[in-house]
Amino acid sequence: MKRNEIADRLAEVGYIADRDLATALWLMEFLGRPLLIEGEAGVGKTEVAKALAAVHQTELIRLQCYEGLDQNAALYEWNYQRQLLAIKAHENAGEDPDRVEEHIFSEKYLLERPLLAAIRRVVPPVLLIDEVDRADEEFEAFLLELLSDFQVSIPELGTIRAVSIPRVVLTSNATRELSDALRRRCLYHHLDFPEVDREARILLARQPGIDARLAEQIARMVAAIRKEDLRKIPGIAETLDWAATLVGLDVHDMRQEPEAVQDTLICLLKTQEDRSRITREVTERLLGKVA
Amino acid sequence: MGGEPLGDLAPPPCGEGMGEGPLRSTLRLTPHTQALSPQGGEGYVADSTPVGESLRLRLAGFVRTLRDNDFTIGLAETRDAMAILASPAADRSSSLRPALRALFAADHSDFQRFDEIFSAYWTGRHVRTRLKVVGSTGAPQESPRRRGEVRTPEGEPDMPDRVERNAEGDDAAEGRGRPEGATRAEALASTDIRYIVDPDEIARTHELAARLARKMRARLVRREQVSRSGRRLDLRRTIHRSVPTGGTPVELLWRRRKPKPLRLVVLLDASGSMSLYTAFFVRFLHGVVDAFREAEAFVFHTRLAHVSPSLRDRNVTRAIEKLSLMAQGIGGGTRIGESLATFNRWHAKRVINSRTVVMIVSDGYDTGEPERLAAEMQRLRLRCRRIVWLNPLIGWNDYSPAARGMQAALPSIDLFAPAHNLESLAALEPYLARI
Repeated sequence: MKRNEIADRLAEVGYIADRDLATALWLMEFLGRPLLIEGEAGVGKTEVAKALAAVHQTELIRLQCYEGLDQNAALYEWNYQRQLLAIKAHENAGEDPDRVEEHIFSEKYLLERPLLAAIRRVVPPVLLIDEVDRADEEFEAFLLELLSDFQVSIPELGTIRAVSIPRVVLTSNATRELSDALRRRCLYHHLDFPEVDREARILLARQPGIDARLAEQIARMVAAIRKEDLRKIPGIAETLDWAATLVGLDVHDMRQEPEAVQDTLICLLKTQEDRSRITREVTERLLGKVA
Repeated sequence: MGGEPLGDLAPPPCGEGMGEGPLRSTLRLTPHTQALSPQGGEGYVADSTPVGESLRLRLAGFVRTLRDNDFTIGLAETRDAMAILASPAADRSSSLRPALRALFAADHSDFQRFDEIFSAYWTGRHVRTRLKVVGSTGAPQESPRRRGEVRTPEGEPDMPDRVERNAEGDDAAEGRGRPEGATRAEALASTDIRYIVDPDEIARTHELAARLARKMRARLVRREQVSRSGRRLDLRRTIHRSVPTGGTPVELLWRRRKPKPLRLVVLLDASGSMSLYTAFFVRFLHGVVDAFREAEAFVFHTRLAHVSPSLRDRNVTRAIEKLSLMAQGIGGGTRIGESLATFNRWHAKRVINSRTVVMIVSDGYDTGEPERLAAEMQRLRLRCRRIVWLNPLIGWNDYSPAARGMQAALPSIDLFAPAHNLESLAALEPYLARI
């Protein structure tokens, strides 16, 4: 796929990417490297992977990382219950123990977890390793090994090589510093909150029944609110919620209905402190600037 | 072959003005420039891509420039960059720039700095200001020496201790002239850092500080391993392990809590009023960041700077030199409240979790609004586990926390402790172990 095509194809599936991100995605394809995306919560990191899967019309395999995530949950696990049942069944039939052992450690009893699943697909899927910073450092090291060799060794079964190399997207919220090794292995992109123009286009692409003028107003308003000193800055998902609410309330021009705007701000402001900071006066001031 | 043709890309070494102005942060005080450059990967890529010789050399020079600006770039990246140069993306700089940036940048700060370095190198803009800092092989070794006015002739790890050396030289008599050995260390440990002026003793104090930091860490980790609680049977794994024995759970497996290391975040006040202590704490910081698996360090005077990356430098002298440059106050007062606000807004989310102890080292002389400080302290308090405020002034005999800033901060502090000598720092250890 050509570099310019990617942005267009992403737009077709509802993801409005800027040029730099499109280049990074192209490069990921071109070099076959994983892409690490960092940025504030709510800038659409996870969406990139979803959109990428849609563009390539392939499966999205998602591994959500958390503290204490281990190989059993991420890579593979034996299906113990079935193994035990099989042992009992064969025991009663009086079979040769060696053959039983061979049997119960066959692929039939292997439970695929996301990482193993990702390298065993014929059509290369998109593997999303979400919030990798939440996983432990040990897991990160293991991940690094997988990402460079794309093979997994299972003691009882042998080495499983990748059938296809998945497109790997990692996201991080920077709650912990990632290791240099992992960073070096990956391409890097930092996502910022979208600029007004792009956010308006996102609204038009994602929110049915919104007119261009309202989309523009909402985007400007949200951009202004993000500049206020807030504890939690609203993300794109919040903007979309707000837009859906305003459309649902049949608002067409925010300037006409400041009441509705003020009342629906709960879509954007998620803490008490932020709520009390954006008072009616502040809203009116911001509206006056943007609308 | 690497060094030769690159010579014209890297302007001659410059010695003047290196430590001044905004260039300071981009400065690489490394003597390793020469050692680094040959791994540009020239031979490696030579036969694999159809990129012309001159372009390849340009790229090698660019990679070197990036390395000099603290980018970590390996052979694989260089090779991939060649591939990019041979691809259609190289046709326009508007696509080449983001492509190379995605490849070479490893974190947000790289990401932000990249564009400037890119245009400086490839389009020649700002070349003078930027490139003269880097790629010069002679100057970097020179500079720390000169700046530090080193007294130890053989270049031993000497401390950036200008501050103490010049200060209060006269009433420092109590702190010196001790006999060798343990007593000497002991004496050093209990002497107020203000009174230690002999360079040798200063070096030894700093050594002790670093060792103390390391010891603290070891102690904390051991405690966690011994006092693990809540041993429960791990049924899933026990059944797994019982498969070879036909389902009879011969071997029981237990679940135990994974020991979690304490995370330490240190905010060091480097304002003028703290100057007698700054160099000492810089050394302590280095020990802490080095020893704790999870530690972050910040320095503030009128504004806040994140210094952990500089402290991770393996070369102790260089790391401390770098840090001391940053820690040098520009004059003016301390803005503790504003610095904390910056911290809360931009760094807290990343560096603070529920196991974090925030250690603020400051004398509490704040020129900002006390209300601001109080509010920010409260905010910080909500996020972290403990706030420890170390105040060197507590060691002074008739000290009471009367400074307005100190008063404002007190309600949010869990432990308010002295930090004027090594003993007082060591006394913290049991407290940290209990957290």
